[in-house]
Amino acid sequence: MLGVTGTRSPIATPLNPSASIVEIRNLNYGAGGRPIFSGLDIDIPRGRITAVMGPSGTGKTTLLRLITGQVAAESGSIVVAGEDLRSVRRADLYVLRRRMGMLFQNGALLTDLSVFENVAFPLREHTDLPERLIRQLVLTKLQAVGLRGAAELMPGELSGGMNRRVALARAIVMDPEILIYDEPFVGLDPISLGVILRLIRRLNDALGITSIVVSHDVQEISTVADVVFLLSGGKVVARGTPQQLHSYPSEIVRQFMGGLADGPVPFHYPAPDYFGELLARGEIP
Amino acid sequence: MEELWTSLIESLVGLGDVVRFLLRLVAESPRALLRFDLIAKQIYNSGALSLVIIMLSGLFVGMVLALQGFQLLQRFGSEDALGTAATIGLVKELGPVVTALLFAGRAGTALASELGLMRATDQLSAMEMMAVDPIRRVVVPRFLGGVIAMPLLAAIFSVIGIYGAQLVGVQIMGVDAGSFWSQMRASVGLSDINEGIVKSCIFGVTCSLIAVYEGYYATPTAEGVGTATTRTVVTSAVIILFLDYLITAAFLK
Repeated sequence: MLGVTGTRSPIATPLNPSASIVEIRNLNYGAGGRPIFSGLDIDIPRGRITAVMGPSGTGKTTLLRLITGQVAAESGSIVVAGEDLRSVRRADLYVLRRRMGMLFQNGALLTDLSVFENVAFPLREHTDLPERLIRQLVLTKLQAVGLRGAAELMPGELSGGMNRRVALARAIVMDPEILIYDEPFVGLDPISLGVILRLIRRLNDALGITSIVVSHDVQEISTVADVVFLLSGGKVVARGTPQQLHSYPSEIVRQFMGGLADGPVPFHYPAPDYFGELLARGEIP
Repeated sequence: MEELWTSLIESLVGLGDVVRFLLRLVAESPRALLRFDLIAKQIYNSGALSLVIIMLSGLFVGMVLALQGFQLLQRFGSEDALGTAATIGLVKELGPVVTALLFAGRAGTALASELGLMRATDQLSAMEMMAVDPIRRVVVPRFLGGVIAMPLLAAIFSVIGIYGAQLVGVQIMGVDAGSFWSQMRASVGLSDINEGIVKSCIFGVTCSLIAVYEGYYATPTAEGVGTATTRTVVTSAVIILFLDYLITAAFLK
């Protein structure tokens, strides 16, 4: 059983490349016969907010599934908090996952449980704490995301932003070492978005968590990330602080960070020449 | 010919998957029984919420059975045997089968679509990520809830059906109440009731298994959940009727 107030030691957070909590080496992975990653190397520093960015379809979410052991790599190694996922057994994987929290794109709250019970869910499943203590822990976490007053509501009664904040409270209720956000800004209004951004920063600093944020919202993520990895074509094409990436001497990085419609990532899906096609069909005299 | 062969092999592989899934559910069941509150909730969902439809259907089936039986038996001058005929028909055959078909339509579809939607909205993945096995926490209680609820529903169906038969046979068609009940008690044996119990238990396992399997492995899209729900009803209905024949034949020996 995991201790309730956290068994991990306080984490110092100097930006030291050797202090990485996730190490990915030479990772290869494909789905449906299509290679997604080929020779991917990533080091995610402990105690920092790391953003993984890239155009749609580059496998950002797949990377999260690989890091959390939901899918297995074809070759290469993934080491998370000292555990090599290649040789980990299912039971050990579950132990490792108790040290991780994950915020899903749509919150993924259990729809048959109230907000309070959703946040209490991991505690009830993994600990034998007395009800009084569970109540206290859950309300503390809900207070941290500003939703203590919504404890008795059902997930269906929440707005999109509230939904994600409850999911965030649930993700931190076991005091994880690593907190993973899958596209946390999608479909949020500016206010909810600001709230989520502030929470990511505050939770990271206050709890000493390592945060991994997958997103393609350049502006939002630039304000909060310490390190950014830009993925494209199954590889890391750029790595650095958001400022460094904005002035990165590479076409693809400039296209992505600047939001340009055409560039190395083409605007058009591959197709034969349009003019030639029209000629061939006799639609042009 | 080759296509037929491939599809035969595919369906055998599919059957193997279902059996493996069943074994996993059975292996997890003892631990799930320790948390009976979860199962009780599912017995309520599958059983208690199906009560009205089961009772109404039982009543009407019993009433029709009495009408048809009365007409038939009258030709041989043995209307007094109506109680026996209706009871045997209900307890051995119509009770388990019709209940199972209704159960697949009412509770099975609910189970399949609930699990499918949980899959589509990442709730099952979220549980995995919280180090909670969704099979143990979500699927097994639903499966066991169905397995327990189904025989109880079948029994209620038969009892209400007999009452319906009595209503039509005795109150309307004028069969003597004394001979209706006494003939029934004299000629319906424990083996008849056993056959009904065995059938309803097997149908309970079958319906619940198909529902949770289809839901758990549903394609996580709106269309996928719809397909899973449809397949639950269709597969359940066909397999129930097929198994019904096998069990009936086995009891004849």
